[in-house]
Amino acid sequence: MNRAVARLLTFQLPLAAFLVFLLFPFYWMLVTALKPNRDLYNLALNPLWTWTPTLDHVRRLLWDTHFLPWMRNTLVISVGATALSLAASLLAAYAIGRLRFRGSGALGITIFLTYLVPPVILFIPLSRIVSALGLWDRPAALVLTYPTFLVPFCVWLLLGYFRTLPQELEDCARVDGASRFQVMRYVTFPLALPGILSCLIFAFTLSWNEYLYALVFLSSTDQKTVPVGLATELVTGDVFQWGPLMAGALLGSVPVAVAYSFFVEHYVAALTGALKE
Amino acid sequence: MDRLEASLPRVAARRAAVGGLLENRDALGWAMVAPALLLLGAFLAYPFLLGVWLSFTDSRIADPGRFVGLENFRYLVGDGVFRLAVLNTLLYAGVAVVVKFVLGFALALLVDREFRGKRFVRAAMLLPWIVPTSLSALVFYWIYDSQFSVLTWVLREVGLVDRSINYLGDPNLARASLIAANVWRGVPFFAIGLLAGLQTVPRELYEAAAMDGAGPWARFRWITWPLLVPVAVVVTVFSTIMTVGDFQLIWIVTKGGPANATHLFGTLAYQRAVQGGFLGEGAAVAVFVLPVLVACVALAYRALRRED
Repeated sequence: MNRAVARLLTFQLPLAAFLVFLLFPFYWMLVTALKPNRDLYNLALNPLWTWTPTLDHVRRLLWDTHFLPWMRNTLVISVGATALSLAASLLAAYAIGRLRFRGSGALGITIFLTYLVPPVILFIPLSRIVSALGLWDRPAALVLTYPTFLVPFCVWLLLGYFRTLPQELEDCARVDGASRFQVMRYVTFPLALPGILSCLIFAFTLSWNEYLYALVFLSSTDQKTVPVGLATELVTGDVFQWGPLMAGALLGSVPVAVAYSFFVEHYVAALTGALKE
Repeated sequence: MDRLEASLPRVAARRAAVGGLLENRDALGWAMVAPALLLLGAFLAYPFLLGVWLSFTDSRIADPGRFVGLENFRYLVGDGVFRLAVLNTLLYAGVAVVVKFVLGFALALLVDREFRGKRFVRAAMLLPWIVPTSLSALVFYWIYDSQFSVLTWVLREVGLVDRSINYLGDPNLARASLIAANVWRGVPFFAIGLLAGLQTVPRELYEAAAMDGAGPWARFRWITWPLLVPVAVVVTVFSTIMTVGDFQLIWIVTKGGPANATHLFGTLAYQRAVQGGFLGEGAAVAVFVLPVLVACVALAYRALRRED
């Protein structure tokens, strides 16, 4: 009995408190998105529940705002930036981790350090570069600038992963007459697939969530991404459309939540692996 | 591997035949890192230097401007709004990082054991860190609504307050509200990072220490903590840099208000450069993130060096 009480006090209650703290905002999103307006702005009711759930807010979000084009833009940009970053990172990480060419050590450290440069230092000069390249208000502006935080991260993660693969496998293939590219294609990259998958998820999530560059480099309503579109187009003046806003926050989070839930084991393993380096 | 190749005549002959790029480590290596370097050079290194240069000019949007030396910095040092932003950044980052560390560590210790629903809990606790910050910032904006705040409703039901609270209207309350939102988002990162660290501690050490009569505190102090320090340093430095460089949470919830009370370097730089058009001045504000960055990296380097 005493044991059970101790467990309740030192484990179950604190954990429950954490879960309420961490998950309540999501519940609040959901309830707000499903609540009819007359309940939403009625102070006499218990705000945590509604007996008359409605999909009106979702309908308004989907048909009366640019939410669907925003979703499409975000998807296109995220896929583009992820593909570009992954291709560049895979080649670079292999070269740095496996070829050990002259200068590779210093290069690895330099690329890692670039990961620490926060976007707030870069967005002002980048805006100038983006407009000089004629990319203003175009998705390409983000596809080309997102790799600045995706490549360092992916290279770092892949370097750690390559290090766990036995070099002997590649040496054997070489002795058997495989070229370097054949070794990469048929030995190293297939073995590194879990690492590559983690990069894919991370890069996609980070691109999907990006806000600052998308806010600065895109300006017309139908070009925006979900994070920027919702915050700039639905919060207008004093009229807040909380229902559609929360529906948008919920739906806009779904793609990353899904990507993450499929690979949650990978995700945690990759993160912990990367931290251990 | 080089020796191995040299000892095999067939391979050596092949190398001569294919020649050049493919088998030359240096040439191939640099060719393979070229795409990554090109991207980072054009969109990270170059803008970085351009940003530093801009901070020494009176550049505006569509006007390259001219070199004005330290004029922007002199102006900023005398600018009350900027000085407030500096203090605010220190407060925001200082408090948020400490609270995130403490809560994240507590959470890591809680889930570092076997229990029913472990997988669910570990997956669910990461959610605040996974979803787009701008979208969760919108939820906090709604939670902090002056009229319909659910937080006020709860406090009222419990009997702690009897009127509405204007969370974002009062400078200190606004700061606290933003810190709370930042903590919410960052706790999972600390928790998962420190959990990873905890799991690298060999269980045998605990058993051995327990056999020698060490209590829970002694085991924590002399086994867990020393082995956890490197991970703790990395996680903390990383989070500090990201917190100092925060933008979206502040911009969405308060836009730096009320009365410029919640500006960080990022939001102030955005306001001056993008909204005001003063690129040079905005760049100068952003450059102030650099000393923080360098200090963090230097501290981390020293801390990790000492551990080795």
